[in-house]
Amino acid sequence: MQRESGAQGTEASGRRRTLWQALARLGPYLGGLKLRWTLGLLAAIAAGVVALSIPQVLQTLVNSLLDDGAQVSAVWSASGVILALGVLEAVLVYLRRFFVIPPASDAETSMRTRLFDKLQDLSASFHSAWGAGQLQSRAIADLNLLRRWFAFGSLMLITSVVSLIVGFTLMATLSPLLAVVFLGAALPIMVIGPKFRQKFVHFSRASQDQAGDVATKVEESVHGIRVLKAFGRGDYALEGFTQEADELRDLEVSKARTLAKFLMAMVILPEGILGLCLLIGLWQVANEESTGVSVGALAAFFATAAVLKGPIEGVGMMLGMTFTAKTAIDRHADVMDTDTEITSPATAKTAEEHGVLELADVHFRYSDAKDGERDLIDGVSLRVEPGETMALVSATGGGTSTLLNLIPRLYEVTGGAILIDGVDVRDFALADLRSRIGIAFEDPILFSTSVKSNVLLGTSHLRDADDPQNPSRAAAPAEEDLEQAMYGALRIADAEFVEGLPQGVDTPVGEEGLSLSGGQRQRLALARAIAASPSVLLLDDPLSALDVRTEEAVTLRLREALQGTTTLIVAHRPSTVALADRVALLEHGRVTEVGTHSELLERSPEYREVMSASVRPVSAEEVLSYE
Amino acid sequence: MSETYAGDASGRRETGDRFAHLRGTAGEEQIELDREERGFIRRRSWRLLVQLSVGVRRKLLLTAIFVVIAQAAQASIPLIVAWAIDWGLPRMTEGRSSGMWLPGSAYIACAVTAGILIFHYTRMTAEASQEMLFTLRGEVFRKTQALSLDFHEDYTSGKVISRQTSDLESLRELLDGGVNSLVQGVMFMFFTGVTIWIMDWHSGLVLFAALIPIAVMARWYQQNSEVAYRRTRVSSAKMIVHFVESMTGIRAVQAFRREDSRSRQYRRLAAIYRDDMIRSISLFGVLQPSLMLIGNLTVTAVLLWGGYRVLEGDLSIGVLVALVLATKRVFQPLDMIAMFYNSLQSATAALEKVSGLLEESPSVTEASSPVHLKDAAGDLVFDRASFRYSDAGPVVLHELDLHIPAGQTVAVVGRTGAGKSTLAKLLARFYDVSTGAVRLDGVDLRELAVADHHRHVAMVTQEAFLFSGTIRSNIALGRPDAAETEIIAAAKAVGCHELIMELPEGYATDVAKRGGRLSAGQRQLISFARAFLADPAVLILDEATSSLDLPSEALVQQGLERLLGNRTALIIAHRLSTVAIADRVLVIDDGRVVEDGAPAELAEAGGYYAKLHAAWQTSMGA
Repeated sequence: MQRESGAQGTEASGRRRTLWQALARLGPYLGGLKLRWTLGLLAAIAAGVVALSIPQVLQTLVNSLLDDGAQVSAVWSASGVILALGVLEAVLVYLRRFFVIPPASDAETSMRTRLFDKLQDLSASFHSAWGAGQLQSRAIADLNLLRRWFAFGSLMLITSVVSLIVGFTLMATLSPLLAVVFLGAALPIMVIGPKFRQKFVHFSRASQDQAGDVATKVEESVHGIRVLKAFGRGDYALEGFTQEADELRDLEVSKARTLAKFLMAMVILPEGILGLCLLIGLWQVANEESTGVSVGALAAFFATAAVLKGPIEGVGMMLGMTFTAKTAIDRHADVMDTDTEITSPATAKTAEEHGVLELADVHFRYSDAKDGERDLIDGVSLRVEPGETMALVSATGGGTSTLLNLIPRLYEVTGGAILIDGVDVRDFALADLRSRIGIAFEDPILFSTSVKSNVLLGTSHLRDADDPQNPSRAAAPAEEDLEQAMYGALRIADAEFVEGLPQGVDTPVGEEGLSLSGGQRQRLALARAIAASPSVLLLDDPLSALDVRTEEAVTLRLREALQGTTTLIVAHRPSTVALADRVALLEHGRVTEVGTHSELLERSPEYREVMSASVRPVSAEEVLSYE
Repeated sequence: MSETYAGDASGRRETGDRFAHLRGTAGEEQIELDREERGFIRRRSWRLLVQLSVGVRRKLLLTAIFVVIAQAAQASIPLIVAWAIDWGLPRMTEGRSSGMWLPGSAYIACAVTAGILIFHYTRMTAEASQEMLFTLRGEVFRKTQALSLDFHEDYTSGKVISRQTSDLESLRELLDGGVNSLVQGVMFMFFTGVTIWIMDWHSGLVLFAALIPIAVMARWYQQNSEVAYRRTRVSSAKMIVHFVESMTGIRAVQAFRREDSRSRQYRRLAAIYRDDMIRSISLFGVLQPSLMLIGNLTVTAVLLWGGYRVLEGDLSIGVLVALVLATKRVFQPLDMIAMFYNSLQSATAALEKVSGLLEESPSVTEASSPVHLKDAAGDLVFDRASFRYSDAGPVVLHELDLHIPAGQTVAVVGRTGAGKSTLAKLLARFYDVSTGAVRLDGVDLRELAVADHHRHVAMVTQEAFLFSGTIRSNIALGRPDAAETEIIAAAKAVGCHELIMELPEGYATDVAKRGGRLSAGQRQLISFARAFLADPAVLILDEATSSLDLPSEALVQQGLERLLGNRTALIIAHRLSTVAIADRVLVIDDGRVVEDGAPAELAEAGGYYAKLHAAWQTSMGA
């Protein structure tokens, strides 16, 4: 799912979707909202009616009750009525909010958490195509807007429309001819309405998307801050950001201009027509004998028209808000409608855990690869025996990291199959599959929490008892052994430096572990892969930032501590290769040679070339640390 | 220096600054503030708002004037109708058609004027508010870029995003709806209030008395909503931080099966945000009907008092009708003003955070009158330079005297944590020295113009971060004005041209979409090309070759010498193969240079490097 095709495709589908269809999409979230929303609507309408009636009642009360010779009691009863109406109005306004706000916030929250859940289930390829900023703007700003629309905009829109209808009916009874003329104002509005809608929806969609792009720029500029600082390209980043922010400003201004035009029409058309009505009305009154329109009727007509003024303006504003809300729904639906490609099968298989890893003619290509292009993984067949350490060396064309990601189904194979303990990885329940595998990515991804929580990420540490993603495994460390498992893993990964941190293993490490050095982060990521004692361990050049001495020590400890752990390790250095039982050479997306290091040196010229490309890169640290 | 605010704050504490704990982003999560603390933070927010209005003040004033005129035009419409009936009709019966045309066209003129002005003030409000937001966005962006790395290590990207998005969103709500409703409301209330005074000062007094409970309510609301909104800002930031981190680390979340526990955590944060939000909204839910109730009680009071006076014959019925209607009307805009006040509270809470971020000062800054250095030879001097992250922290680099002549390639070796990277960070000015100085061509780096420093000194770090965009634009980051041929030449020089040409769209390949396809080594090569293109006099490689795969490293070894060329180079070496191409080797241990000399010399000297060299020889033979 690529953003370009995705966003454009769904924008089109968003345009096809009517407001009602968009609202229907929200059905599942609105369970608790419907009844209370209806009550809120009734309260809003009632409050509107009371508000409209108070002046009328006042007028009649004062005129009729306080006529000449009235009693003190009349003053009190008139005041009592007004007081009652006044209290009623305030109570109704309070009730409207009381009814609507909690369920609207609930709907907002449940949309937000479902979006979050959905995003977590979407594959890594989806996430590499959509920036975190884009997703964040959908999760926060869009949903805040929807809440406000549910709690306020939708009610006010309906209330305004109801007031319009009531007012218009009143008007029609006073002077049918004038009412018809006034209705004439609605015709041009019907013509410009859809145009306005189309334009406004376009700008509102574009500006909401743009806001996401701005957020993405911000996110990138902070994540890439070291590069920007190293090259002093803060100004360049600023320029890129300014462009995006500028575009956002332009879109917002265009959106406001569209709305402003509509609001102008909503004032000039009805009021202009009323001016015409005044002309006609004056003429009618002047010829009262033939037309039957009295001065009183004319005055009453304009009094009613004045009452309609508020609702007409309100309808204009609320329509704007409604269209923006619809865009937010569309944007939400875009994500929710994305297929979750990688899911657990309906009936999952499982197998006893031995750690046999088998790749059978595995193919993989990115969905945006061109037609003529060869697959990135172009038919890899490989079998790693339980407990064996297999090094994966890439001659040309790369693909090693991708291959590792296919095994825990972070990406899905596009051909062939990967089997663990004889079962296709696609037939395992995801949690079952992934609990068997420990992985260290080429960039260590740490979370802003304690060292301990980071290392024990794959274990039952800080999981709820009913966490469905924590299947029981015989090999997994028990709750009471977690501490021990953590220290064991830290020792194996040579990450004992954590003891020296201010709060030891409870020290919070910064976002993505920024406050640790590259090598330290990498070792924590390695400890994390090991801590859950998986039966299949996938290591993507996990020691690149370490010196060879540490790498050797770690690898030796690994082999010693993880007897029975099948390990597939992407190796970029002969030192790593030499420690593996066997080596697989990946060339142009295929495994061309498998054998021990010395066998391959002997029989494969490509392998010799790769190995001789670099002398054994002894590191300085290695030698210096020998004392 | 690392002590940005920790250090500054302690410094301020000594000078008796009682707001030290609130300066910058330090007090961001503090929700309950005492009187003076409130005042301090509010002043800061308001100052920011006032500063932002520079440049759009005329527009805002014009908007307000337009609002007033549009209101007046619309308010005059009932008067025109009255005029038509009182003056127009009699004229018409006299047979003069002007009795019809004049009121009719006046009516239409008012409608058109109001319409046009509404168009303009709606447009101008958006323009002014967007202009202010645009300025603020830029300010925040500039500030976050300027702040030193130690700041970013504590402050997460999620928080920056939250400041830039949801906080600015609250400000936008205020600016978009605020001015209009405030001006409209205040104008309307003022004029209606004056009318009431003129008609009957008794009722005016009642109206005046109503101001007391209104003020009490407003004060109650202000105090409570301030805390409530501050709470929502904090909880919304927490929610956003969790969100952003989960999404950027999605591969680890999925691989380690943490979707469920992260989802629960998110649900908790979202629920806290929801509760905080409802609490702040509920406060308004009390304020709004209360104001309405006060208004209606006032109407009743006017009616009651007026009724008695009518009975006593002190007041005519007509005036009483007009009075009660006007009293009812005078409170109508209170609703709108309350809404303005609500968004003002919400926006100020957001501005508190944004203004705090803007108050942070980078520990590394440009000198007030910087020295310009057009061309640099690349002569480097560390003059009694020492470094520690904070005043209290351990010394990371002990007093160092070092001269690197222009064009020399220096390899820095040493154990992990010995302080190698500190040299690089000081040269790149990620930090400034604690004592002594670092000089480029005789100019103290702290005195050197930042732009010149960046032009002459470039650094390739261990993380090869690629920005969204094409491969081309990522290389061009080294020198944005480079021509296509220069970009390709740079790629060829470091040996990544072939690899780029193998990508589906060559240099135009979008890395955000296909970023997963580039290995860490490939990304590192691209960052080398970036450095080559930047063509600095001084190049720093901070363990930059560690993640290269074998074929790439072979390529880089070839390209590295071309990359180094005549430049002064400081290579934090990881592998001995890199040391081999150096003119000079520095061995660092425990923050001190323990050996310094040409590789051949040191190999003879029998120290650390000799051992290093011997090991290397052995491995060559192996």
